[in-house]
Amino acid sequence: MSRRVVITGMGVIAPNANGLASYEEALRKGQSGIRHVEEMAAAKFACTVGGVPQGVDALAEQRFDQDELLAMNMSHRYCSLATLEAWLDAGLERPARDDDHVHWDTGAILGTGIGGMDTTAAKVVPLTDAGKVRRLGSTSVEQVMASGISARVSGQFGLGNQVTTNSSACSTGTEAIAMGVERIRAGLAERMLCGGAEAASHYIWAGFDAMRVLNRGSNDEPERASRPMSASAGGFIPGAGAGVLVVESEDAARARGARIHAEVAGAAVNCGGHRGGGSMTAPNPESVRRCIDLALGDAKLTGDDVDAINGHLTATGADPKEVGSWAAALGRGPGELPPITSTKSMIGHSLGAAGAVESVASVLMLKGGFVHPSINCEDVHPEIEPYESSIPHTLRELPEMRVIIKAGFGFGDVNACLVFRKWEDGA
Amino acid sequence: MNQAEVQERVVKILTPWVKNEAALKSVSAETNILDDLKVNSARLVDVVIAFEDEFDIEIEDEDVDSVNTVGDAVGLISSKLG
Repeated sequence: MSRRVVITGMGVIAPNANGLASYEEALRKGQSGIRHVEEMAAAKFACTVGGVPQGVDALAEQRFDQDELLAMNMSHRYCSLATLEAWLDAGLERPARDDDHVHWDTGAILGTGIGGMDTTAAKVVPLTDAGKVRRLGSTSVEQVMASGISARVSGQFGLGNQVTTNSSACSTGTEAIAMGVERIRAGLAERMLCGGAEAASHYIWAGFDAMRVLNRGSNDEPERASRPMSASAGGFIPGAGAGVLVVESEDAARARGARIHAEVAGAAVNCGGHRGGGSMTAPNPESVRRCIDLALGDAKLTGDDVDAINGHLTATGADPKEVGSWAAALGRGPGELPPITSTKSMIGHSLGAAGAVESVASVLMLKGGFVHPSINCEDVHPEIEPYESSIPHTLRELPEMRVIIKAGFGFGDVNACLVFRKWEDGA
Repeated sequence: MNQAEVQERVVKILTPWVKNEAALKSVSAETNILDDLKVNSARLVDVVIAFEDEFDIEIEDEDVDSVNTVGDAVGLISSKLG
């Protein structure tokens, strides 16, 4: 029998809150973190609102030394802050910087969809084009390399197991957790810091605006702009942040007497191969259903066991198809589908971080016995209307919740799905 | 600008990169930047850029090779200031 894998710590930087306690409060209240973004307006974006975490630099200055901060761009700051919170939340001790101990059994899979493009755009390109390469100094490579965030964290915590950065567009954060689970089950690590980070940068978001996949119709009402499952959903709202989960073998967690948030009962990743309606930008519905099936099968559960769904649900035309895929995969049609909610309705779509930030939300809901509101869909999309009773427009208390399922779908037709189960000691 | 003023500004620029804060408290012209202050050698290029900005001078790569101590940096900068 394969090893059970549990979550012992979490940390989060999100547009509507930093830190677990504030984040749970914001989720319960249905608090939006979407605001006007001046850089988007100045650059003539059609969408001029986004989800930008607040107060991050001040937090980073409290938690990290000056020499570290000089080499930490936005995604490094988000990721390091979320990792530090997760590490301490797991009951682990923050190592001193001159402590030579290496945690050989602990690694990190921390992903990003886009990487350090904010640094590339603001420094590397202009200085290189101006013939001033020398002025890039020593810190540009580590901030633009894809693995920058995991490399940063490995030094902060003395990690000695696999340390890497995965990238699978908008399924990155979800995939990172699935990969950590696999590694622990295989006996190759006892503890993995898993999640993702994405910077807030109009350079990162520009291409999405050009694709016309961002909502351009709600600039005057930022808090109402992210509208998953709504008839008036006109595209997603770009966001940013980081979510990190300490994923650990049950044995290791028990051995050190760690408090357990939840079990990762099942995990799956797959791809639709750009077939059957799938493409670079749209998921093959069969692959979505298979991914959900695989995750449930991995957890040895069926669709009837699922008490709540935290969907990918971005507020594009894909939402109705996604709801249909959930219903088909769980075998639960209108009136039977469990509550389905979208964290993105409050924080927008944080791309490579989304699956991680939303997995943190999922575990908080599971632990707290609630489903957070999916805001801004008072006008439910006509194709989703049959499932209206499953949409929590306001906070839904669900104290008996035992299983919540979370999926992320990304460009490239890639999918990742996680099944979180309430941790009942001895279960 | 006298040497004491240059040194004060040099130390201020080095400060964020210093890992041995105790050595910073007793810093002198003889203090070795890498060995005593424990500045990561990879970061010296950032320190040099900061010197250039602070004193509005240009420092050649070969000049940097002869800088080991705080006093070496002060001497180099002072010579550029003329």
